[in-house]
Amino acid sequence: MDIIVVGLNHRTAPIEIREKLSISDAQLREALIRLKSCHGIDEGVILSTCNRVEVCAVVQQIQPGFQRIKEFFEDHHTGLSPEEWNACLYLYSADEAIRHVFRVASSLDSMVIGEPQVLGQLKEAFDVAMHQKATGVILNKVFRKAISVAKRVRTETKIAENAVSISYAAVELAKKIFGSLDGKEALLVGAGEMAELAVRHLVDNGVKKVMITTRNFDNAIDLAKRFDGIPLRLEEFPRYLAEADILICSTGAAHYVITEEHIDKAILRRKNRPIFLIDISVPRNIDPRVNRIDNVFLYDIDDLQLIVDANLEGRQKEALKAEEIVSEELTAINKWLKSLEVVPTITALRTKAEDIRRMEVAKFLAKLGELTPEQRETVEGLAASVINKLLHSPLVVLKDEARSENGALYAEAVRRLFNLDKDLPHHPHRTAYEKEDPADPGEEKA
Amino acid sequence: MNALFFKITLICYFLGTLAFLAYLLAGKKETFSRFSLVATGIGFAFHTITLIARMFESGFVSLTHLVDAMAFFAWALVMVFLLVEFRFRLHVLGSFVLPIALISLLSGAVLPNEIRSPDTVMHMAWVYLHTALALLGAVGFAIAFLVGVMYLIQERLLKSKQFNNLYNKLPSLDLLDELNQKAVILGFGLLTMGIIIGAWGAGYVSGWVWDPRKIFSLAIWLFYLVVLHGRITVGWRAKKAAYLAIIGFIGVIFSFVGVDLVWKGQHSFL
Repeated sequence: MDIIVVGLNHRTAPIEIREKLSISDAQLREALIRLKSCHGIDEGVILSTCNRVEVCAVVQQIQPGFQRIKEFFEDHHTGLSPEEWNACLYLYSADEAIRHVFRVASSLDSMVIGEPQVLGQLKEAFDVAMHQKATGVILNKVFRKAISVAKRVRTETKIAENAVSISYAAVELAKKIFGSLDGKEALLVGAGEMAELAVRHLVDNGVKKVMITTRNFDNAIDLAKRFDGIPLRLEEFPRYLAEADILICSTGAAHYVITEEHIDKAILRRKNRPIFLIDISVPRNIDPRVNRIDNVFLYDIDDLQLIVDANLEGRQKEALKAEEIVSEELTAINKWLKSLEVVPTITALRTKAEDIRRMEVAKFLAKLGELTPEQRETVEGLAASVINKLLHSPLVVLKDEARSENGALYAEAVRRLFNLDKDLPHHPHRTAYEKEDPADPGEEKA
Repeated sequence: MNALFFKITLICYFLGTLAFLAYLLAGKKETFSRFSLVATGIGFAFHTITLIARMFESGFVSLTHLVDAMAFFAWALVMVFLLVEFRFRLHVLGSFVLPIALISLLSGAVLPNEIRSPDTVMHMAWVYLHTALALLGAVGFAIAFLVGVMYLIQERLLKSKQFNNLYNKLPSLDLLDELNQKAVILGFGLLTMGIIIGAWGAGYVSGWVWDPRKIFSLAIWLFYLVVLHGRITVGWRAKKAAYLAIIGFIGVIFSFVGVDLVWKGQHSFL
């Protein structure tokens, strides 16, 4: 019984291959049923996002397991020959497989390290698999652990701090100037995806009023509707410059749309209240010399990229701390996995029974006082007989199930029923596990 | 005993200063920030004990000696920093406040300090109140000066697009400008009360006589009045306000220390 991962991601495979192998939400349930029906696969979770397609499974043997999952991929897709994508696959087993799942959940394996979406996608993939009954005691534990590892990484490191997109970098800069953006006003000159995204972020962070002007007034009206803003005609926008705390410029013009004179006048009317200018157009639309005016802060696309690069570098450093957390948690879950093996469970059960027998016999012999050797033997025989009779059937079932896919489940049940883990010092996450593992698996979803 | 407490205060402020500077210059070292705050807190506690002990020792609120005035100024400055730290979590302010507090404590001890038995005039309650208010006003102006310096640094970093460690630690321009305004209002209010009490007391005791300190104090009062007025009417905020706070505080230092060094008279600390 081993855990394996087979998959490909943005580093190992180009988009042309990833899209062919990807499994849509609609196909997911059917795919899980098919995966579960593969011979030798006991449990499985399928994670398919735009950056990765991977299967995590509990298999009886590693190499045949890899082969089954490759076949599973082959069955699924059409149009590519296996040679084309086989080289893109990564195969992990045991420790490395679990480490991989933890790293994916913690966004250490993402294109943009620390991005938050992948955790949600992983939770969703796990939920679906659980409801299809494709997961069992092992993957339930591994994925719940992965989610808690991701949360730990998020709170204990600064991996998700600081902007890593141009539009969000603009918001962070604005906050360094204005403190809070509540009630601030923004003016968007031009349009474009990046500019609109920046405006969206600004509005989400408290900007109250958005004025929009484009060369074509109809476009301005359309855009204004989206942000609940005010459309302006291109020729009248200079009059509103003084009202804007934040100005985003993104037009296709080949000349400076906003000049020193514009800003000079605006700052005078603003009585020196600072003004924040973002020029994301290439060629630039705001005369760079305006940055020389006091209380005017101008940034072009390269400046914003500079921030993004620095922040990404910062995340790389934090990722090192996160890897340590992952390693720590890996050790913890390995101890738990070990406890699931049937043989140690049998030993533990026998030891416990033997301990009880010895203690009880000693207690009752002391109460009975002087006994003849025969009487003594009878009392001891009675205790041994009760214990052996009682344990006979659980031990037989455990041995029988040892090789079946339910082995771990039985071992876990016996451990809990007979409270065996109390005697095992190597189980530090006992209570955490019980909390994470509600009797009704549906509870988690709610 | 008192000398010992004073030494402990000095050592704590010295360690606090070092830790605050390390915090300012080093990367993300959380230990420095905690240590600096602990050192400052302990230093402040001992400082408070020192001031109280000195009060009992000499039998009166001792503020009329330069060394005492400077010690009181440093104490109030640290107190205001601790309050701002709790309210705004503006830890980096400590990197600017602590060196100033340390320097004023030390300079109080280094500057000429003749022992002079207090005159009857200098012993009156209104004199202490007048001096304390004026000193607290100076604390307000000192805070305005420091956040002004921080404003100019942050403004320079933003303009030159140096998004370094210092940039990350310094707060937003808006907060610095707001603190500047609040500190100037606080300083101005306290100075106004100090001047009124001083003028009333002096008129009551010995009649009004102009002296260099009075002239300088009045000039400073007028300066800050214009600064506050200018902020509201013509927009002397942001960078301009930062410059004005710096210029104003240089004047304050001169009126407290410089005047005594140039002119000696009844109205001096020495």
